[in-house]
Amino acid sequence: MSTVTIDKAAPTRKVKYGSMSRDRAWALKWSYFFLTIFAMFSLLPPLYMLITSLKSSAEISAATNPWWVFNPTLSNYIEILTSNQFQRFFFNSAMVSIFVVTITMLISVPAAFALARMRFWGSATLATGVFLTYLIPETLLFLPLFKMFAAFGEFTGIQLINRWYVLLIVYPTLTVPFCTWIMIGYFASIPKELDEAAVIDGASWFQTLTRIFIPVAFPGIIAATIFAFTVSWAQFLYPLVFTTSIDQLVLPVGIITTLIKGDVFAWGQIMTGALLGAAPPLIIYAFLMDYYIAGLTAGATKG
Amino acid sequence: MADVAVQSNRVVGVAGGRKRSSLRSALKRKSTAAFLMTLPLIILVGVLVVYPAFYSLHLASLNKSMARFVGFGNFEFLFKRETFWLVVKQSCIFAITAVLFKALIGFVVAHFVHNIPAKGQRKWRGMLLVPWVIPPAMSTLAWLWLFDPSYSAFNYTLSFFGVGPIPWTGDAAWARFSVILVNIWVGAPFFMIMYLAALKSVPDQLYEAAAIDGANWWQRIWYVTLPMMRNIIAITTLFSLIVTFANFDIVRILTAGGPLDHTHIFATWAFRVGIEGSDIPLGASVSLFMVPILAIAAVFILRDINKRGNEA
Repeated sequence: MSTVTIDKAAPTRKVKYGSMSRDRAWALKWSYFFLTIFAMFSLLPPLYMLITSLKSSAEISAATNPWWVFNPTLSNYIEILTSNQFQRFFFNSAMVSIFVVTITMLISVPAAFALARMRFWGSATLATGVFLTYLIPETLLFLPLFKMFAAFGEFTGIQLINRWYVLLIVYPTLTVPFCTWIMIGYFASIPKELDEAAVIDGASWFQTLTRIFIPVAFPGIIAATIFAFTVSWAQFLYPLVFTTSIDQLVLPVGIITTLIKGDVFAWGQIMTGALLGAAPPLIIYAFLMDYYIAGLTAGATKG
Repeated sequence: MADVAVQSNRVVGVAGGRKRSSLRSALKRKSTAAFLMTLPLIILVGVLVVYPAFYSLHLASLNKSMARFVGFGNFEFLFKRETFWLVVKQSCIFAITAVLFKALIGFVVAHFVHNIPAKGQRKWRGMLLVPWVIPPAMSTLAWLWLFDPSYSAFNYTLSFFGVGPIPWTGDAAWARFSVILVNIWVGAPFFMIMYLAALKSVPDQLYEAAAIDGANWWQRIWYVTLPMMRNIIAITTLFSLIVTFANFDIVRILTAGGPLDHTHIFATWAFRVGIEGSDIPLGASVSLFMVPILAIAAVFILRDINKRGNEA
């Protein structure tokens, strides 16, 4: 990138050196100025979560400056982290997310491989269909799914509503199409010579997938994994619809249903819970930002 | 399946030559293997997406107890209700305003990030993408607290500038504003990152040529950047339109549709009617109204993707 900026200025630099570099310096200053404003806007809510989470409820209800912590305390964190309820929510969220990521990868990696490399009857239509599925929002499907699961329970006696594992069935509808779609893109970008050589050497399709495609497309697989995790960790509508008992709730729904009682908001604890709930995706993102961004841009643009 | 086998056999006949029988069985296996590999996907999509989508059509034609077929009765009922038209209006205002501002902010911020030296870009990109990474249900809680009627941090700050307390979520107009603001906050980073990727893919020679021809900053954006980014702008906008139109968590947590249903959008109202009011057929009818918009957006996105595929 640094070469780019030099290139851009290069042809005109010989002609009028002074004004051009002064323009450039001004543009840079303004860029930093506005970026600072936008970054403040971006980081304001998470920062405010942190500030509030360090306050006692007495300080929160006192009419002091809300942007500053006068008597920092960790009591909210201790209360949340030692509460059985919250440990349960964390556990449920973690279980659901880990299982969903595993299921998603087991379904979408082979499917993407088959759709990217093995032309078969209807494969192109199916690939488009996967993309269309990805565009169907969960807000359209939650009512028929609710009715279907209720009917399934009446019919077979297997109760799905209000069990955390029902989420393992419904979350993949959100994660699998997307992950398959971005993986088709990654697999399609692998040179054909690579797997043709493997087939000539006598590798089976399964071996080609595990020995060549998965290692080569590993960045894509990480991106898809991060996405599956973020989506299942953040999902709010499905757990709200399908689970109601306290011991079956996942974190986002748990915080909202247990900490908001009527008009009484335990803000210190709500903010602590929200921050702890936001932490896992943020931590993953902090370490794997480049994969995350690669996945983000691949998902919507790769055809 | 038989069809598959026959088709691939023909391919073998052309390509194979010697060792026909073993190759034939290999390719026969290939189509079978491919089918088996995609089978879980097909089942998942079929049972949990396609079937419920059509099932909701059926649901929408039943009465409240789901015992009697009422045809278009639910729709007739909806058309006569004022709340329904309010929801239609709000969904459109919400989606169009939010997407417009997200796209605008994303475009501007992407330019700023693109402007600064590469060394610092990663840091800024990281900070600016944070709203997109935090689960919306969690960040909306923070906004709810910032908007709190009695302890609002915003109102506290505004009072120093002599601006009176604003009823952020209490007044219809302000509640709409708040909901849209939060949506912009969550969604703008997505545009930013997409546009940034697009900006980086514009060849520098084009800018050099434009500079030599004496194009000013505005002309460079209008004649070089925008045409080069047109595809990505279109696809990202359509994409975001779908997601914004079908949004649930932000409105649900921030206002729950209030005050007096003035912020309900299709998804939240369908939830209110279908789950909380336990009138599943009516809720399904409400959510079906999202379909035409989604379908139009999907057609455009697909056309765009196919066009790109043919060019490559």
